[in-house]
This record gives sequence, structure tokens and C-alpha cells, in this order.
Amino acid sequence: MPSNPKILLLDDDLGVLELYREMLSQHLPSLPEVRTASNASRALALLESDTFALMISDLNLPKMDGLQTLSIARRKYPQMRLVVLTGIRDEQFRTRAYAMGVDQYWIKPESDQELGLFMESIESLLSSEDQGKFRGLQSKSLVDIIQLECLSQSTTTLKITNGVVDGRIWIQNGEVIDAEAVGLNAEPAFQRILSWKTGSFELLPGDPDRSRTIFTSYQGLLLNTAQALDEAASQLPPVPQGATDPAPDAAMRIAELSQFPGVEFVLASGLNRDSKDDYWGLDHPQPVAQWVQDTLRGFAELADQLQVGHLQQIIGTGPQRKVALARSGDTQLCVGFTPALPADTVQETMNSILTKWVS
Amino acid sequence: MGILSLFAKSKGCRLVHLPSGSFTLDRDGRVMSSTLPISFPAAHIRWIGQHVLATFHAAQNAHMPLSEILISFAALRILARELRGGAIIYLMPQSLNQPLKPALN
Repeated sequence: MPSNPKILLLDDDLGVLELYREMLSQHLPSLPEVRTASNASRALALLESDTFALMISDLNLPKMDGLQTLSIARRKYPQMRLVVLTGIRDEQFRTRAYAMGVDQYWIKPESDQELGLFMESIESLLSSEDQGKFRGLQSKSLVDIIQLECLSQSTTTLKITNGVVDGRIWIQNGEVIDAEAVGLNAEPAFQRILSWKTGSFELLPGDPDRSRTIFTSYQGLLLNTAQALDEAASQLPPVPQGATDPAPDAAMRIAELSQFPGVEFVLASGLNRDSKDDYWGLDHPQPVAQWVQDTLRGFAELADQLQVGHLQQIIGTGPQRKVALARSGDTQLCVGFTPALPADTVQETMNSILTKWVS
Repeated sequence: MGILSLFAKSKGCRLVHLPSGSFTLDRDGRVMSSTLPISFPAAHIRWIGQHVLATFHAAQNAHMPLSEILISFAALRILARELRGGAIIYLMPQSLNQPLKPALN
């Protein structure tokens, strides 16, 4: 590492600031430089003026609370690691913090053992070199985490989020017993999850009642998956030299989406008002595109105002049809479905459509 | 570790807790009834109501009338049903360990 990493510590309790500043700067092997702020505006000013590897923040702050501060920090400094260190034992705040992209949520340690674990996890975050890959409990790759959990004979559930879709892998007594993602189950779901290049993951409690659908050892599973991914990569057509946009024609991609059961129309538009719309099954796409744009933008703003994490999906039910709206990168997708289609099927189909779109 | 326990004591929370509950709005966005706690800021209710009513109205203008919308955020779901120009709106905070299932059918 070229220089000592920098940590920004935010808490309105000066005693806490001093205590943790001293512990982090003197007892972590990476000997970080720790700066402190007792309010959000001071913290944001420090972030503007310097580059930090990690920010540790309390939630309960005067004026601008910790969730607001973390939301701004995540948006403006996506590479910076974020850790909540708070006395608030509340499942909802933990959920909202993770929904905003926080890396770890810690209750302030009350014992030597807890403090040791906290320090270890901070060091692990600082020493991570995979800044652009999976964000998770240990900042390791997904394969590393699966191997670690299996080697330690754990029983746990790994929740992996990749953009708007997520998947789960169930591990029981050190064996992968089931997986689920985007309508897939068992080994195909496991392979799909491992094909995701980026995302975040969390370790959830194990589910001892989960039925076993995967009987291959975890080593075999990882090997099979690596082979399947290699084969898939080798079958991709070579990109001509100098080509910059290998993406298939948008109209063709939309035609593919129209093949999903129950789909009546598909509209894909850019984030700007003047961007070109691609559509299938709509006579007058312009008013719909405008509505989609306004609605997604409005609720994305609401997500910021309420601090509830990113907007995943909107499903509307009307007398003529059901519609589902979601963002995928720079594209806004609106898909119309037959009104008789159950809402849970609409939601699942929309997830599959989003997966297809990004792939 | 006594000194750490001292610092770990929870302070009075100034964060806004997202409640489960519902409220109804008339066509002008005025709150007619609510089961939400009074600790939930009126401004938040106003923001949610404005966005929901605007969505229903804009959908109508786009020739896509809707009677119900489910908005899924990572940590909250909002279910809104149109009521003669107004709406009844349900707030359903999400938990990390809870599987995501649609609320409407």
C-alpha cells in the first residue's frame, strides 16, 4: 500500500470520537490516519477536501442524521467503504443502512471480544484490493466466501444482490444444499449467481429446514461452475478490433422480451427526455415514455427523501392491463402485461426480463 | 471494557422510524385518516401522497389508468389504491431476512 489509508470517523459524542480514533490509528496493522467529525456538515466538508478509504458513522446525529449522511456519501463517493457504528439495536435501521449500500452495520462493542471483531473487520475492509467487485461482509470474492463458509462447516444463507435481482445460496454444515435466483433453482441458480461480476452479499441466518436440492460437493460445484463459465465465454463471438458497441440492436432485444408470457408491450427509454424510445406493442409510446420517466424519477427522489434504499420496481394494476416499471442502468423499462396475470407472476416475470435485458 | 459500555449506551433516537400503517388522501392530497403514529413526520406523509397522486393522475393522462400501484424500495414497500381521485396508501417496511413477495393480487 503506497500510504496509510484514511478513515473518517463521524459521531456527535466527542468521547467516542477520541476513543475510537486512538484505537483505530494505533492498533490496526495498516496504521490508518483517522480524521474525526462531530457533525454531518463537517464530515461532508472533510470528504470534499480529502480522499478517504473508509467512513465510520453513527446514525444518531444532530440536524442531518447518519442515514442522510451515508446516503450522500454513497452517492458522491461510491468507492469509499461505509460502516455504521451505533448504539441503535433496530432491525429497520440495519435494513435501511444496508439498502443504501453500507458495507457493515456494527452495534458499538461492549466487550473485548466484540471490539476485537470490529477492529478485525475494519482492517479487512482497509486491506481489500477488490474495490470494484463484490461488496460484502469481508470484501472477498463470492467464491472466497463460499469456500470459507464451507470449510468452517457453517450453516448460513448467503444473499447476493446484483442490481435489481437477487439470489440466495443455502449452506448447511459446510455443504451447499440449495440455491435460488431469477426463477432458477439448485445448480443452475448457483451457476447463474456465480456468473455475476459485481454486486453485494450478506450472510443471513441459516435455514436448517431448507430441503436439499444440490448433492454435489462444494468443490465440485465451484469446478463445474468455472467450467460452465469458461465454455460460455469461449462461445461468445469475437469482438472486431476497434468495435466500441457490441450490444445487439435494441429493437431485437425488445422483441426477445416480448416473448415472455403475458407481455403485451415493452418500452425502453433513456434517462433524458430527448433520448430515443424503443418499443414493441404500443401505438403511441410518447405519453407512456413521459409517464415512465416522471414516475421513476419521482419515486427515486422519494427513496432519497425517506432513506429507504434504491427503487427496485413499480407494479401498476389497471382495468386494461398491469404494468411494471424499473430502471436498468441508463435504461428505463416499462412492460405491459395482460390484466389477468397475477401480480406475483408480473413481479417474477419483470425480474426475469431485467435479467435478460442486462445479459 | 467498562469504558466501552459507557459509550455504547443508546441515546434518544432522532432518526425517523418507518412505521407500518396506512393513510387516506382526498383528491387534493389532504390527509383524511391515518393509522400512522404521530411521530412519523407530516412532511414524509405529504411527500408520499404527492408522488402517489401524481402517478395516478399522470397514468390517466398517458391513457393508462391505474387503480393500484405497488412501489418496492429496498427497505420499504408502498401499496396505493386509487379512491375516487384520492388514495389509500399502505406503508410496509421491509426486513433484511424477509423474502420479497408482492402484496397485491
